[in-house]
Amino acid sequence: MNKLRVATTSLAGCFGCHTSLLDIDERLFELLKLIEFDRSPLTDIKHCGPCDIGIIEGGICNAENVAVLREFRNNCKVLIAIGSCAVTGGLPAQRNHLDLGDCLSEVYLTEPGTMHGLIPNDPELPLPLDKVHPIHEVVKVDYFIPGCPPSADAIWKFLTDLIAGRTPSLGHGLIKYD
Amino acid sequence: MSETFLLDGEDIPFEPGQTVMQAALAAGHYIPHLCYHPEFKPHGSCKVCTVKIAGRYATSCTAPAQAGLDVASDTDEVNELRRTLVQMLFAEGNHFCPSCEKSGNCVLQALGYDLGVMTAGFRHLFPDRPVDASHPDILLDFNRCILCELCVRASCEVDGKCVFALAGRGITKHLIVNAESGRLADTEVELTDKALAVCPVGAILIKRQGFAVPIGERRYDLSPISAQALADAPRPPSGSQPCPSCEDEA
Repeated sequence: MNKLRVATTSLAGCFGCHTSLLDIDERLFELLKLIEFDRSPLTDIKHCGPCDIGIIEGGICNAENVAVLREFRNNCKVLIAIGSCAVTGGLPAQRNHLDLGDCLSEVYLTEPGTMHGLIPNDPELPLPLDKVHPIHEVVKVDYFIPGCPPSADAIWKFLTDLIAGRTPSLGHGLIKYD
Repeated sequence: MSETFLLDGEDIPFEPGQTVMQAALAAGHYIPHLCYHPEFKPHGSCKVCTVKIAGRYATSCTAPAQAGLDVASDTDEVNELRRTLVQMLFAEGNHFCPSCEKSGNCVLQALGYDLGVMTAGFRHLFPDRPVDASHPDILLDFNRCILCELCVRASCEVDGKCVFALAGRGITKHLIVNAESGRLADTEVELTDKALAVCPVGAILIKRQGFAVPIGERRYDLSPISAQALADAPRPPSGSQPCPSCEDEA
């Protein structure tokens, strides 16, 4: 059997969901008999090629996040939102009731210790979006795994269900929003 | 022998005056619900307890039990409706579970788990709702309020104070407190009030005890809400009197 090709990325996330994926521990060996990684922080491949499964951690907070998310959607047959940030916007979205200009001014200009500060405007920095969005507001998402982060057992159950061709189902104790 | 109606094909006995919900719970059959509480008058606003009776949707917490009813509750169609209602509640407020003290004890969250809600689905509104931290011992976080009116009912019917009320209409509907300043600190609320204990979400929190029970050992960590609702079930509605200010209005 050909291995399934899997790409992963962290957008406006903290890599906690990737860490939780690694927490499946020795089951990683079993997983690697079934899948191989394309673009991922684990491979350092820079762009996503044609894949069976794309796993997105983190929400959308800037223009680069949008570009990467669209690259994944265009290349992955199945797209999974993993973790509270990808599913709901999460922690970064807690700025959504504030004005972005006010946030930047306070952090870079008016806070104590920011004398002569300036708002970063290097062209290499992706432009922040006005609001932070969960990824389903930007592209079609096939599956959601909530949790901050989802437990290793939840990720394992979900992926093994999916790879085996079953409808993924977490059930009590594995489905968590916190 | 009492009369019966059918719930998902099973005979449910009932006493005259019982609702479909009361009879079902008393007979050990769970119907998902959110604003219904066995100790208070049914409110019928959250619609999570919707069932199909003779092809029509009805809230089981307010529908009177009648002999011969054919009630459908645990069906794909009805559960999909309940899932959508829970999703809309999550999208409408700011329900950020990872930072909420109520996580694990929250009825909204537990319903989401039990119904298999994996995403809010809709566009999140991210409303701007400042908290009321004016009271030294009680935090009022409007971000998490789902307008179930349980605190409103408890404060009037049990505490006899009417500290809480809902104001506004439609999407602008919101919880208010009974003080000229609009601040909880200026009301008659006390730590022993039933209104505080009955909040199903993290809108009303007692300060400085949020993490006395660690995450992972909380109520709905132990078993799903469907299993626990039955344990709480057959209690008669409280026969208490409305508070004096309500009677004055009447």
